[in-house]
Amino acid sequence: MKNENLINGVLHIADTVLILGQRNAAWCAHGPILEQDIAITNITLDLIGQARNFYQYAALLINEADNKNETEDTLAFLRTERDFKNLLICELPNGDWAQTILRQFFFSSFQQLMYQEMIKSSDNQIAAIAAKSIKETNYHVKWSSEWVIRLGDGTDESNQRMKNAIEYLWQYTGEFFIAAEYEIIDVAALKNDWLEKVKSIFDEATLSIPENTFMQTGGKTGVHTEHLGFILPEMQSLQRNFPGAEW
Amino acid sequence: MNNTKEHIYSILAEVTDPEIPVLTILDLGIVRDLICTQDNEIEIIITPTYSGCPAMDAIAFDIKLKMIEAGFTKVKITYTLSPAWTTDWMTASGKQKLNEYGIAPPINVSSRMNKLLFDEDENIPCPHCGSTHTKLLSEFGSTACKALHQCMDCKEPFDYFKCH
Repeated sequence: MKNENLINGVLHIADTVLILGQRNAAWCAHGPILEQDIAITNITLDLIGQARNFYQYAALLINEADNKNETEDTLAFLRTERDFKNLLICELPNGDWAQTILRQFFFSSFQQLMYQEMIKSSDNQIAAIAAKSIKETNYHVKWSSEWVIRLGDGTDESNQRMKNAIEYLWQYTGEFFIAAEYEIIDVAALKNDWLEKVKSIFDEATLSIPENTFMQTGGKTGVHTEHLGFILPEMQSLQRNFPGAEW
Repeated sequence: MNNTKEHIYSILAEVTDPEIPVLTILDLGIVRDLICTQDNEIEIIITPTYSGCPAMDAIAFDIKLKMIEAGFTKVKITYTLSPAWTTDWMTASGKQKLNEYGIAPPINVSSRMNKLLFDEDENIPCPHCGSTHTKLLSEFGSTACKALHQCMDCKEPFDYFKCH
């Protein structure tokens, strides 16, 4: 297929932001306080909006190359686990507020660096989506950084919860920087900047980065944790039961 | 049929934001261009405020409706993402209407560059009493484009249309 790497690269980002959006959406009406419930669901809305832009572009590329009839909806709702290329960290359970916050901080900090590179892309649509999205991501980075500091440098309880979250999530951060064959940008080159950002926030939060941890991989090639298999049936049930249904 | 750009812009000036009905889509700066083809088809190019703004579909629908009411049956709405929308495109009269409606209008984007952690937008004037003695409650408010502030003098909470 013409443009196969570009299509897979776009789908990888679309899947990643959609699945994280789907996870965060579960906080709706369950946030620790009203303002933060609204914050995490606003972030969800941004992520799902970004996913739509990437899926629409992927559909355009696929239809041009293969004379198919894909849409943003068929790509999001009618593909199966092995087709999804999202990062593993996005499909993990929300856990407690600390775990949700830490994942958002790890991911948004990576995403900010990723969009900074994509803005320079020679592909106009990639550059346009990145330039649009980074304005939203900047808010996500600031918000999640503040929460990591607030919880890490908070009470004994909140500090312990952040440590537990680090212990669980750290092993899923290596995947950010291990390139798949279809990658749109050089992800490995972002690693040092990302580590520096994490370290600066962790220092203020009185937290530390684990050493020599085994890193999980597989999401980019469709090899997922068991969790994705539970997310998709719920997220896709409407289109599976009523194909082509529209609001 | 009068298909001059001025006439079409005057029709678009009647389309309002479904979530902030005092603002027209021209006040918001989301209409980027108009193309009138020879066979009387009008293409209206709009840009979303935020990627996930749910008002965009409603706005596109309302544009078509107003245009049909004005006699234009061939209307095409096209979305563009570049250049990315910014609150700097909001008109001065739009900002004034927002303030009168009870939502503090955005200050210039450049003023929030390099914002540090825990930094707050300072001196956002309260739309109710005008005091600048206000504080940020949450950077994410009732819609994607707003933050929640509170006035320390009149004690009223208020929305702030945040810089973007």
